[in-house]
Amino acid sequence: MTALAHQFFTEPSPVTDCAVSVRNVGKVYAGVVTALENINVDFPRGQLTSLLGPSGCGKTTLLKIIAGLLPATSGEVLVNDLPVAGPGPERAFVFQDFALMPWANVLRNVAFGLEMRGIAKSEREEIARSHIAQVGLAGFEARYPHELSGGMRQRVGLARALAVNADVLLMDEPFSAVDEQIRRKFQEDLLTLIAREKRTFIFVTHSIEEAVYVSDRIVLLSARPGRIAQIIEPAIERGGDPDAIRRHPAYLDTVDAIWQSLKTYLE
Amino acid sequence: MAEHRAGIEAAHQGYRFSRVFPFQGSGKALREKRPNALASFATHHFTLNFLSAAALCGAWEWAGLVPISPAFPTFGETMGALWSISADGSLAGAFAVTLQPLALGLVVSMVLGVGIGVAMGLSTKTEWLASPIFIVAQSAPLAALIPLIVFAYGIGLTSKTIVVCIMAMPVIVLNSFAAVRHTPKSLIEMGESFLATRRKVIIRIILPAASPVIFAGLRLGCASGFIGAVLAELLITPTGVGDLITYSRSIADYPTMYAAILSIMAFSVLFIEVLSRVEVMIFRPEKRAVS
Amino acid sequence: MIVFGHRIPMTGSLLLWALLWEIVGQLKLTILLPPLSRVVLRAFEIVPTETFLSAFAVTASAFVAGNLIAILVGVPLGILMGSSVVADRIFLPWVNLFLSAPLTALVPVIMVLFGLGQTTIILTVVLFAIWIIVLDTRAGVRSISPSLIEMAASFGAGRWQTFRKIYVWAALPEILAGIRLGVIRSVKGVIIGQLLVSIVGFGALFKLYGSRFLMEHFWAVLIVLFALAFALAEAFAWLERRVEFYAATRG
Repeated sequence: MTALAHQFFTEPSPVTDCAVSVRNVGKVYAGVVTALENINVDFPRGQLTSLLGPSGCGKTTLLKIIAGLLPATSGEVLVNDLPVAGPGPERAFVFQDFALMPWANVLRNVAFGLEMRGIAKSEREEIARSHIAQVGLAGFEARYPHELSGGMRQRVGLARALAVNADVLLMDEPFSAVDEQIRRKFQEDLLTLIAREKRTFIFVTHSIEEAVYVSDRIVLLSARPGRIAQIIEPAIERGGDPDAIRRHPAYLDTVDAIWQSLKTYLE
Repeated sequence: MAEHRAGIEAAHQGYRFSRVFPFQGSGKALREKRPNALASFATHHFTLNFLSAAALCGAWEWAGLVPISPAFPTFGETMGALWSISADGSLAGAFAVTLQPLALGLVVSMVLGVGIGVAMGLSTKTEWLASPIFIVAQSAPLAALIPLIVFAYGIGLTSKTIVVCIMAMPVIVLNSFAAVRHTPKSLIEMGESFLATRRKVIIRIILPAASPVIFAGLRLGCASGFIGAVLAELLITPTGVGDLITYSRSIADYPTMYAAILSIMAFSVLFIEVLSRVEVMIFRPEKRAVS
Repeated sequence: MIVFGHRIPMTGSLLLWALLWEIVGQLKLTILLPPLSRVVLRAFEIVPTETFLSAFAVTASAFVAGNLIAILVGVPLGILMGSSVVADRIFLPWVNLFLSAPLTALVPVIMVLFGLGQTTIILTVVLFAIWIIVLDTRAGVRSISPSLIEMAASFGAGRWQTFRKIYVWAALPEILAGIRLGVIRSVKGVIIGQLLVSIVGFGALFKLYGSRFLMEHFWAVLIVLFALAFALAEAFAWLERRVEFYAATRG
């Protein structure tokens, strides 16, 4: 890391209030492939933390372990100081491929999480409607996923995750299946969402620019077996104009520094 | 009109199931899989295949011993009968007779069927003329035509060969048609962009691209052909294996009857299995690598 | 096909073939082929008769009963095989075997075990229909997108909820495809069974008309039968297309 770059992003400050804490987590697939090794990382409450690394570094694996969708081979994950034994109501997942049920309309898809919690139909539909409106899909409640564009489908996926009112939102490359222009719009919307919702976001991405643009913290993972290479906090002011971020010198330098660091993993 | 429906059936049996699905069910994702010698032995497919085969034979033996019906011999008796008809040559003789209309019918169906199907795929006029016939034939119970065929061609080899043909042809035709019609457009455009003539495009691009599905259709056609051959021998005049079945049934020699049925089914299944192995060998290097 | 700028639908060629049939019939080239017009008239005459209706009722009831059994057994078995590796290893070789075996050869076995009656026909229908239903259901379950299952798990769905809310719906297009193919196969099965048993339903009718050489009657029944089979297959295909988008998320 160059001395110059250090001006623009800092090493992590100690986390005082963490929503999610990953302790010594390791993951071995089928007894032979080590995907993750000795991962120790805290995710500060109310902020967005990205997991970034070369492909195959286990970032999605780590996210799914936090979600309780995959068991860790060793170590543990604490959410609100309680160990994770499986999926829980305080976490909600946004899927890369949206994972919408094609046979259910937008309303039923968004209400699915509430339905699983046994909330009465009229109540869950009311909650779902307000979240559908919030992601800008009012009027599309009765449509089916195949009638929507990719961007709209991911809004449905997001509304579904927001509807269950979870503390922690886990997002697995949520914008990778939409086109570049929609993605930029989503990234801007995400910043607004973080500012408004005060929830904890854990965000997996393979795009350096995206990570630097949206994150309060970035956890850099090394190539397989995934270990934590570095944790950085881009020194970017996020209060103002979202377009200003991409022109911010700290943005450009952080992107470049991360690229220089990740480049070493690519043959 | 459901032009491609039959082609889909073939694609169905030939392709969809050959895809490799990494996912095995809901609970698995949440459970850690640890290698365990005993468990991996128990779930190894040879072990399980052997166990399920043994269980079925055992159940057969038991059902025969009860007996659930006087017309239900034990597995042992059936195997004994199979041995004796194999030893005295009557089984081989019966197969020699049965295989004549079968082989003849299959060769005719393949040549004609692939020819018609490819012609339909290449020309919309041929498709217009022929496809409704074969689409109806595909879903119709063509076996009902057998009495008519007997009126027209008697009870000899010709009738039986025709029965095999009408059973085997529709699926071969419709698969060849669908295979040719669904050649990737970009491949044909590539050929044209390199100035290939229509003839060259057909020979060098369309036919090679279509051949896996055509072959899958041939395999399905053979399976139907076996149904036709057995049906012809049971319905028209008992000859070959059909005679072995009918005669032993008439004298209540059930072990021999079951042995004959078992042998023709086993023969057909083995034949189809060989065909699908050949198919994998020729067309599916990726599938071979996985299994 | 397009002639002089007009698009002629595919069914148009069936009219052409019908015309050809009529001409061959009128020319009396073969006693086997009476003119189509006379066959059609005969069909209208035969269909309301007691003989035809009872043959139809017997056939339809065997067909429906057999298919119901095949669906009720086949779909759960397919779901079991799709979701359990052990069940799959145990049953798959047999399902594949029976799918490609000449099942006609087994009809005589059913005949000696269950007599020459309706039971035999029903079992023949089951035998022809069930294997493709099992195999398709299994394929449907196995091709469910893993992320959909993870999605259900992430919202805390239990096993039964996942099965009811996800598996059944996501596999529905394949299940229906299996049922459609099973129906097509069992139409053939029911006729083969009746021809071999030859004293019930259409089998008896064909034997009667055949022995008296009533070609017009024979063809009339044949045409009605083919039309019914085709209509049935198309009806199921229509149903299947209506739920096709249930599988839309698959890669």
